[in-house]
Amino acid sequence: MKFSLGPNMFFWPKTDIEQFYQQAKQSNADIIYLGETVCSKRRELKAKDWLALGREIAQETNKQIVISTMTLLESPAEIVTLKKLCDNGDLLVEANDLSAVQIMHDLNMPFVVGPAINCYNLSTLKVLLKQGMMRWLMPVELSGDWLKTILTQASDENIRDQFECEVFSWGYLPLAYSARCFTARSEDRPKDDCQYCCINYPQGRKMNSREGEQVFVLNGIQTMSAYQYNLINEVTQLADMGVDIVRISSDSEQAFTQLDKFKLQLQTPTKHLLDTQNECNGFWYKIAGMSVA
Amino acid sequence: MELLCPAGNLPALKIAIDNGADAVYIGLKDDTNARHFAGLNFNDGKLAKAADYVHQRGKKLHVAINTFAHAGGEERWKKAVDNAVAIGTDALIIADLGVLDYAATKYPDIERHVSVQASTTNLEAIKFFKNNFDVGRVVLPRVLSVQQVRQLAKNSPVPLEVFAFGSLCIMAEGRCYLSSYMTGESPNTVGACSPAKYVRWQETEQGLESRLNNVLIDRYQADENAGYPTLCKGRFDVDGDVYHALEEPTSLNTLELVPELMAMGIVSVKIEGRQRSPAYVEQVAKTWRMALDRCKQDPDNFTVEGEWMQTLANLSEGSQTTLGAYHRKWQ
Repeated sequence: MKFSLGPNMFFWPKTDIEQFYQQAKQSNADIIYLGETVCSKRRELKAKDWLALGREIAQETNKQIVISTMTLLESPAEIVTLKKLCDNGDLLVEANDLSAVQIMHDLNMPFVVGPAINCYNLSTLKVLLKQGMMRWLMPVELSGDWLKTILTQASDENIRDQFECEVFSWGYLPLAYSARCFTARSEDRPKDDCQYCCINYPQGRKMNSREGEQVFVLNGIQTMSAYQYNLINEVTQLADMGVDIVRISSDSEQAFTQLDKFKLQLQTPTKHLLDTQNECNGFWYKIAGMSVA
Repeated sequence: MELLCPAGNLPALKIAIDNGADAVYIGLKDDTNARHFAGLNFNDGKLAKAADYVHQRGKKLHVAINTFAHAGGEERWKKAVDNAVAIGTDALIIADLGVLDYAATKYPDIERHVSVQASTTNLEAIKFFKNNFDVGRVVLPRVLSVQQVRQLAKNSPVPLEVFAFGSLCIMAEGRCYLSSYMTGESPNTVGACSPAKYVRWQETEQGLESRLNNVLIDRYQADENAGYPTLCKGRFDVDGDVYHALEEPTSLNTLELVPELMAMGIVSVKIEGRQRSPAYVEQVAKTWRMALDRCKQDPDNFTVEGEWMQTLANLSEGSQTTLGAYHRKWQ
């Protein structure tokens, strides 16, 4: 089983991003996803900078680099940037919208299907395979049983060897995307005058109930889980199901510690007690996502 | 420009047609549609009656099969397509790529519409659906500004439908797991957002409280109107500020955009609300029919009547309406 670092979904200053990826180079990860997936106004690193950073890591390490692309694309300018990223010549691409699937198909290049593409069943998986999908990460709201059913069906139809399966296993879950910027709204600004305020919240803004229960994280136009998803106790199960890659989200430097923990867990499984005030695994067990099974 | 109205049952469907709808959209009585609520929707017998009523009056019927097929349960979605075709539906509204593939292969002559739940927000995504499933229409999500809709309408190889009125989904549809995060059930998987079985109301010393799966969504003072606790429309605490952090309880109303939408060549305006009463359908259909007819006759001098706005506001969440994402400032 391989381990990946998912794209960082927050907005950090350029130096922080560079520092994070210097550490990522030295990390235990086999695969590194990088790029802006949330908001096209976030330009501490531009498309060419992300590609340059990806190539630098690819040259200096033997890690596989994947360029992650935007999820909600609304303007022609965003599509122009997307095309630039897709047609980069050497680095693998993660599609998070069907526009990227279309572009990669036109380029006749294989691609990764990310969590924001709605692949809920085998028929959909087959449509995407025909387009050139080489790796699939299921929507985060789906359960272990759901995944197992699809993987078993794929084996029965002799197509399981045509794609790798990756599972989002640790970190704040990307849950929703809107036209509205909730971080700008939290500062009482319209999106067009956001002043790039997301940069002031490297872990987003917590949105709690009026009883103080942590509910969501506001991250620009994205809404995330307030608890970090944690499938550390399920790592052996993932391996047994034939999952190829475990994804650790690049929430913060914590990701590196988690990478080591997950790798160790595979070698020497131990029962970890999850912190119900900060962690969750409900989606995997088909119950409320924010709960711990 | 077609007026497309919702119907959750046969009385609502008849009222929609009788009050000026050019077409009506409905769902089957199971989790294959995104308004899977108790007591709502059409079984096989009612489905045939619905088709007859609509077709006898020269109008059109669209069947929404717009949730995502469950792993191992795909037959149910295919059967829904078969049933809709069997009763003579004019269009299938589909979100799932696998279901679209099935419909396009098995029934190439039945028009396929890309559901709003498929979250198609740009030209390349539209091309994807055109190239792979030869779709006849794309329903745009409620996340685009008027400028963005215009740009798409100018270049799209497929005719476009937009949401005109009704409950405002503020997230890109089909890409929102907030409901399953809180309850385990989402529009994508069970066809309902913030399902009623998780709702609890409680009078407390601090006011009337609404909860969803035990999470406090809102708390109302005596002089405040309490609304259904759709989780994105509650009041929450962000670093000490308590406010509608995501959205207020409000409905989308685009009456004032009618001339613009018509000029862009939008083929259909959709009214949300299959879960609403026949009385709602009647009022909305009647009002929108008047507005569309007036605009068609004389688009340059079209103005929105105060009475129309009032009627629609009275049918809206929190009795208020908004242009939503169409208006850049909302974003």
